[in-house]
Amino acid sequence: MSWLAAFQLALRALWRNKIRAMLTALGVVIGVASVIAMVAIGSGAQQRIAEQLESMGTYSLVIRAGSVTRGGVRTGIGSITTLVREDADAIRDLPGIVAVAPTLRAATQARYRGNNWGTAIEGVTGEYMLVRNWTLSDGEFFTDQHVTAAAPVCVLGQTVARELFGLLNPVGQSIVLKSLACRVLGVMQSKGASAFGSDQDDIILMPLTTVQRMILGVTYIDSIEVQTAGRDEAFQATDEIKRLLRQRHRLQSDQDDDFRIYNRAELAQASEENARVFSWLLGSIASVSLLVGGIGIMNIMLVSVTERTREIGIRMALGARRRDILWQFLLEALILSGAGGILGVLFGIGGALALAKFSSFPVDITTWSILLAFLFSGLVGVFFGIHPARKASSLRPIEALRYE
Amino acid sequence: MPEVLIEIRDVHKSYAMDGIKVYALKGIDLAVARGEFVAIMGPSGSGKSTLMNILGCLDLPDAGQYSLNGKDVIRMTGDELAALRNHEIGFVFQSFNLLPRTSALENVEIPLIYSGTAKHEREGRAREMLGRLGLGDRLHHMPNQLSGGQQQRVAIARALVSQPSLLLADEPTGNLDSATSAEILGLLAQLNSEQGLTIVLITHEPEIAGRARRSLMLRDGRLESGR
Repeated sequence: MSWLAAFQLALRALWRNKIRAMLTALGVVIGVASVIAMVAIGSGAQQRIAEQLESMGTYSLVIRAGSVTRGGVRTGIGSITTLVREDADAIRDLPGIVAVAPTLRAATQARYRGNNWGTAIEGVTGEYMLVRNWTLSDGEFFTDQHVTAAAPVCVLGQTVARELFGLLNPVGQSIVLKSLACRVLGVMQSKGASAFGSDQDDIILMPLTTVQRMILGVTYIDSIEVQTAGRDEAFQATDEIKRLLRQRHRLQSDQDDDFRIYNRAELAQASEENARVFSWLLGSIASVSLLVGGIGIMNIMLVSVTERTREIGIRMALGARRRDILWQFLLEALILSGAGGILGVLFGIGGALALAKFSSFPVDITTWSILLAFLFSGLVGVFFGIHPARKASSLRPIEALRYE
Repeated sequence: MPEVLIEIRDVHKSYAMDGIKVYALKGIDLAVARGEFVAIMGPSGSGKSTLMNILGCLDLPDAGQYSLNGKDVIRMTGDELAALRNHEIGFVFQSFNLLPRTSALENVEIPLIYSGTAKHEREGRAREMLGRLGLGDRLHHMPNQLSGGQQQRVAIARALVSQPSLLLADEPTGNLDSATSAEILGLLAQLNSEQGLTIVLITHEPEIAGRARRSLMLRDGRLESGR
């Protein structure tokens, strides 16, 4: 029997039970479509997390002044003021370090003419933009000379610029912070919400020295942000920075650290791991429905074999070989699962696109998930079709002919 | 081409029914020459169906020899038996055994599908065969739209379409009224006399067996010459 004839035979048999065939294929359609849609959702979430981590500046370490336990009272992070700008300079000389940015934060009320806005000032140096992976949208950033001179200049985040200036261009204007008049040098690009939900654009950047001397009147800093060459270097640098700072702060071996090192690469790893687990979870739940679709095919094919026992006997009497019967039934199962797979791919892509359009959920339709789901539906057809087909082909012709 | 089409020697067949061994055939000898019209008669339970299955290569005997058209059937594999059924044997059954919801034309095409005949030729030959049996205007009718006699004609067309050397008819008139029976028997006799088709007809009715040129009696698993 030729392939074409076998294929036509299988199609004709399915056509005779149109509704049944469609309902059986529907199981696979739903299975394949949900695998594709679910993986698209999972992968979209993964991508969004990766983007957020990127915007935070990946592969970076943050060193914060630590807490201390004294007489049973534990003070919070930042209550020790041993971290100084010279620590940052020392860290810069360690291997694997790309950039180091000491920072000092202060809460303040900013005023421009009749407008005012409660925000935070961050005292930083020129390397800050590099470490934060953040660029200017307008104007310019302050220079090393500004930092050395503790100049009264500032750069605004988008939120602050909007709240104080509305549609006006802030560059070149003067705002008042506490009692200090500051010239606005530039405006940063919008950075959006952080992974933890705070508005990263609600900030005023100033030279570190200006904040230390003219706003707060202190000599310490809050934190040091460190950009490393890569993820591995971030882990290595953590240990070396710890050793260096303990030495610089003259801590005895029985004393606790007076700083904390946060490794963003660790956070990134955890988040990416979470997203991957999420993706797999969605995919595997969807795979269950594909499996159920396959069982539906097997069920219907078994019913079909029993119903058509006499037909099988007649075909055998007329010269069908066992393998002809096997292929006839296997092809029927394959056509059901294949057609279900193709429709499922279309519905899956359509569903994912619709979700992306009508909700804010990010989706990312991956080629591998389409190939995998389609391949899997084919395998489902073979796996669940082979048993009924073997059952059909192993019938004894005389018994099949006598079957009522 | 050998003059003897069927040669059966000392064929035995038993089967288990509810755990009890039933000896259906106890040493059958049968020779059928090309062009013969033989009836095999016997009461029910005499082993007619078992003999029919063996003659039709649907089942193999436990012991004995069977050669069909010079081919040793006993040593054949399943695929070879299927090919033999396809090329050498045409079956006509009591209950017609047409595929339901399948047109007359498609039913007749089935043996040609398994012999690997191309679609175009398949259809042409099936059409022609149905035409010769007077069903030229019923090609696209489904079996349930045909009378009993017409259905049996379709079955005969299907049996003959692959030009077999042997037509095996198992109670071909068992489900037909007497007028239609006579018509079908007439058709078989005509095919035998005009085209030299070898026919083995199995029946339990002596009147029907009487239409054959030679009739044999199967009794208790042994074959005796009738008449």
